[in-house]
Amino acid sequence: MTGLGEAAPAGAMAIWRRLLPVWAALLALLGATLALAYAPLGRFSLVVALGIAVAKALLVVLLFMQLRKPDPLLRLTAFASLLFVAFMLILTFADVLTRAAPTQAGTVLPRSGPDLPAMGRRAF
Amino acid sequence: MSEALVQRDIPDAPAPGESYLTAETGLASWLLTTDHKRIALLYMAAITIFFFLGGAAAVAMRIELFTPQADLLSDDAYNRAFTFHGVVMVWFFLLPSIPNILGNFLLPLMIGAKDLAFPRLNLLSWYIFIIAGTLAIYTLLAGGVDTGWTFYTPLSTAFANGHVLAAAGAVFIAGFSTIATAVNFITTVHLLRAPGMRWFRLPLFVWAIYATSIVMVLATPVLAMVLLLIFAERAFDIPIFDPLRGGDPILFQHLFWFYSHPAVYIMVLPSFGVISELVACYARRRVFGYSFMVYAILWIALVGFLVWGHHMFVSGQSMLANLAFSFLSFVVAVPSAIKVFNWTATLYRGQIVFDAPMIYALGFIGLFTIGGLTGLFLASIPVDVHVTDTYFVVAHFHYIMVGGAVSALYGGLAFWWPKITGRLYPEGWARFGAVMMFFGFSFTFFPMFVMGFLGMPRRYHVYVPEFQVWHVLASAGAVVLAAAYLLPMGYFAWSLVWGRRAPANPWEATGLEWQTASPPPVENFVTPPVVTQAPYGYHPEDAGPPALDRAAHRPQGHQP
Amino acid sequence: MSDAAMPGAALRKPWRSLRRQREAAGFGLWVFLGSEVMFFACALTGYAVYRTLWSEDFAAAARETNVVYGTLNTAILLTSSLTMAAAAEGARAGLRRLTLACLAATIAFGLAFLVVKGFEYREDIEKHLVPGPGFALEAAAAQVFFAFYWLLTGVHALHMSIGLGVTGTLLWQAWRRRRPLRSPAFEAAGLYWHFVDIVWIFLYPLLYLAGRS
Repeated sequence: MTGLGEAAPAGAMAIWRRLLPVWAALLALLGATLALAYAPLGRFSLVVALGIAVAKALLVVLLFMQLRKPDPLLRLTAFASLLFVAFMLILTFADVLTRAAPTQAGTVLPRSGPDLPAMGRRAF
Repeated sequence: MSEALVQRDIPDAPAPGESYLTAETGLASWLLTTDHKRIALLYMAAITIFFFLGGAAAVAMRIELFTPQADLLSDDAYNRAFTFHGVVMVWFFLLPSIPNILGNFLLPLMIGAKDLAFPRLNLLSWYIFIIAGTLAIYTLLAGGVDTGWTFYTPLSTAFANGHVLAAAGAVFIAGFSTIATAVNFITTVHLLRAPGMRWFRLPLFVWAIYATSIVMVLATPVLAMVLLLIFAERAFDIPIFDPLRGGDPILFQHLFWFYSHPAVYIMVLPSFGVISELVACYARRRVFGYSFMVYAILWIALVGFLVWGHHMFVSGQSMLANLAFSFLSFVVAVPSAIKVFNWTATLYRGQIVFDAPMIYALGFIGLFTIGGLTGLFLASIPVDVHVTDTYFVVAHFHYIMVGGAVSALYGGLAFWWPKITGRLYPEGWARFGAVMMFFGFSFTFFPMFVMGFLGMPRRYHVYVPEFQVWHVLASAGAVVLAAAYLLPMGYFAWSLVWGRRAPANPWEATGLEWQTASPPPVENFVTPPVVTQAPYGYHPEDAGPPALDRAAHRPQGHQP
Repeated sequence: MSDAAMPGAALRKPWRSLRRQREAAGFGLWVFLGSEVMFFACALTGYAVYRTLWSEDFAAAARETNVVYGTLNTAILLTSSLTMAAAAEGARAGLRRLTLACLAATIAFGLAFLVVKGFEYREDIEKHLVPGPGFALEAAAAQVFFAFYWLLTGVHALHMSIGLGVTGTLLWQAWRRRRPLRSPAFEAAGLYWHFVDIVWIFLYPLLYLAGRS
C-alpha cells in the first residue's frame, strides 16, 4: 500500500533519524563555505563556493526531494534542464569572451552628433 | 440532401455516452468546465478574436504600404501597428493556436485517455490566457507600443514612448498559461497512455505536441525573466542593460532570442504533427520512416535551442559566435529536410485525394520548403549581412509561420472539424478556400523576397517609389489571403446549423480519436481502448501500398 | 493504510489509481521545476556575464551586503527544508501530528526568513545601496551588481511567499481534515519548497560571499 513501491518510514522517529543527519551536513557545509569565503584562495574562491553550493543542492535534491528513488524518469526530468542551462551559458560566453573591443560592453564610442531632444512624452 | 438522410442512424457510432457538447448546457457549464474538449473550444473562441485583432493591424499596414507616401498611418502609428501585429500574432495566436485548440482536444483522444492529467489546471491556464489577452487589448486601447515585438533595449527601456510595461506584462502573464498547458501535456503523454500505447505507437501529432511542450517548458521562463529585467529597468531605472552604466544590450538579445528562436519551433513543430496525420490519411499510406520522423522532431526541439545567435549576426556579436551559430543553424535544417522528404516519400505510390485538408497539407509542404530554404540563405553570414532587416527576412519568417503554421491550423481544423462538432462542412467551398489560401499567401509574401533582396528595409511606412509595384502586389495578395481566412469561418459556421451529421470516422482514418463517436462523449471512450498495433495502419506493413481498386472517393465523407 | 479509509476522497477525475495520480503530481511538479530552473538561470547568466566583465566592481559591491543576515537566512531556510521534508514524509506515512507540527514549523521558518530579509532590505536602503541617483558606491558597475541583488532576492522572496501561501493552505486543510493526508499535494508542495531553498543555496555564495577574501 505504499505510494511508490518504496518502504515508507514507519514512525516519526524513523523519519527524523533519516532527515536530521542531512540537515546537520547542510549546516556543516554552510559553515565551511562561509569560512572558506574569507580564505585567500584567489580565483578558486568562486570555484569552492559554487562547489559547496552544488554539494548542498545535491543533498537537498537526493535526500529531501526523494530523487534517491530508482525512478529514471524523475531523474531525467530533474537534470534535463541543466543541459539547457549549459547551452545558454556556453553560447552566451562564446560571444562575450571573444567579442571585438569596440562592441564589448562598457565601450561607449564618442558621439558623432549632438544630442537630439527627447520626443514625445513617456507614457509607460 | 434529404431529411431522411440527416436523421439516419450511423451504424459505426457507439450508442451510449452523451456528446460532450450537449451533456450540460448553459454558460456556466462552459466557463467552469474541466473537460479538455470544451476548453479547446474556449481557446478556439479566444484565439479567433486575437487572430482578428492581429489581422486588423496587418490590414492597416498593407493599406499604408499601398503607396510610397504616408497616407493612413503616421510613422509612430505605423510602429504601433506592426508591434501590435507582432505581439498579438506571436503570443496570442501562433503560439497557442495548434497546441491549445487541436492539442487540447486531440491529445487525450489520441492516446486513449479520459482527460488531461490536470483538468483544473487546464481551465486555469485558459483564464490566465484571457487575463493576459485582456491586458494586451488594454495596451492597444491605451495607445499601443512602438518597440517592435522584440522589445529591444535600450529602445524599450529608455526611449520608447508606448506602454511597454503593459505589453511586457501581457506577454509575461501569457507565459504562465503556456507553461501550465505544457506541463499538463507532458504529464498526460507520460502517464495517461492507454494500455498498449507504447511510445513508438504514438501518432506523430502526439509526438509533435510533446516535443513542443518540452520546448515551451524550457524556453518560456527565460522570456519571463528577460521581460522582468526589462520591466525592472524601465519602471525602477535600475541599470541592467544600459550601456552608459556598464550594461550590455547585446546580452539582452542573447537572452531574448534564447527564448524566441525556440518559440519559432513552438509555432511550427505542432504543424509538423498535423501535416503528418493529413498526408498519411489522404494518401492512404503509412508515414514513410515513422521513427525518423520522431527523431527529427526531437532533434529539432533540442538543436532549436542552439541557434539563436543567427538573429544577431549584425548586432556586434563576436565573429566566433557568429560562425558557431551559423554552423548550428545549418545543422537544424537537416531534420526539417528529413521531414519534408519523408512527407514526399509518403505521397509516393499513395492514393492521393485532393480533399481540402490535403490541399492545405500540400500547400504547407511547398511553402514550408521555400521558407526553410530561404532560412538557409539567412543562416549564412554573408547573405544575412546583406539582407538583415529587409523584407527578405519578413518574407522568410512569414513563409514558416503563416504559410506553414496557419496552413496547418486550417488544414487540421478542417480535418478534425467533424470530430469536434459532429458536422460535415461543404467540401467544394473548403477546397476553394484552401487553394485560395495558397495563392493569396504566395501573392502576398513572394514579392517581399524580391523587394527585400533589392533592399527594401522592414518597419518603414514610406519607401522609394521603385518598390511600389511589389508593395501593390503584396497588398493585393493580402486581400485574397484575408478572404481565404474568412471563408472557412463562414462555412464552418454554416456547417454547425446545416451541415450533415458526421459519422464517427468520415475520412476512414486510423487513430484512436476516430474510433469514438463524433462528437465524442464526455468521457471520450465508452469502453477504454486498447492499442495493439503501430499507427497509420492504412495498409499492411509488409504488403506495400493499397491496390488501385480502392473504393471510389466520397468527398462528403463516408455515407452508409 | 489510510487508503482503505477514504478511497475516493483523494482520487480525482482522469485517474484510475491513486498511485498513478501521486506519480503524476510529482512528475508534473518536477517538469515545472525544470521550467523554474530556466527562469533563474536566465538572470544568473546575466549575472555571470557582468561578473566576468566587471569582476573588481562586483567584488567591491558584494562586500557591502550583510553577510550576517545572509548566513542567518541560509541556516533558517535549510532548517525549514528539514521540517518540510519531515512533513511530506509524515503525510505519506499517515502521521497526522507530525505533519501538522512540521508544516507549522516550516511556515514559522519561512516567515522568519522574510522578516530577516526585511531588516536586511531596510539596512540596504539606509546605506543607499539602491541603484540610481545617490548610490553609495563609486565603482561604475557596482550598480549593476545591486540591480541583480535586488532583483534576485526579490524574485526569491516572491517564490517564498507563494510557497508560504501553499503551505498555509495545506496546513489549514489538513487541520480541518478537508484534505486527506494521502493527497499528493503535500509531497508536491515539499518539492516546490525545496526548490526555492536550492535557489537560495546558489544565491548565497554569489551575492554574499563574493569578494570577501
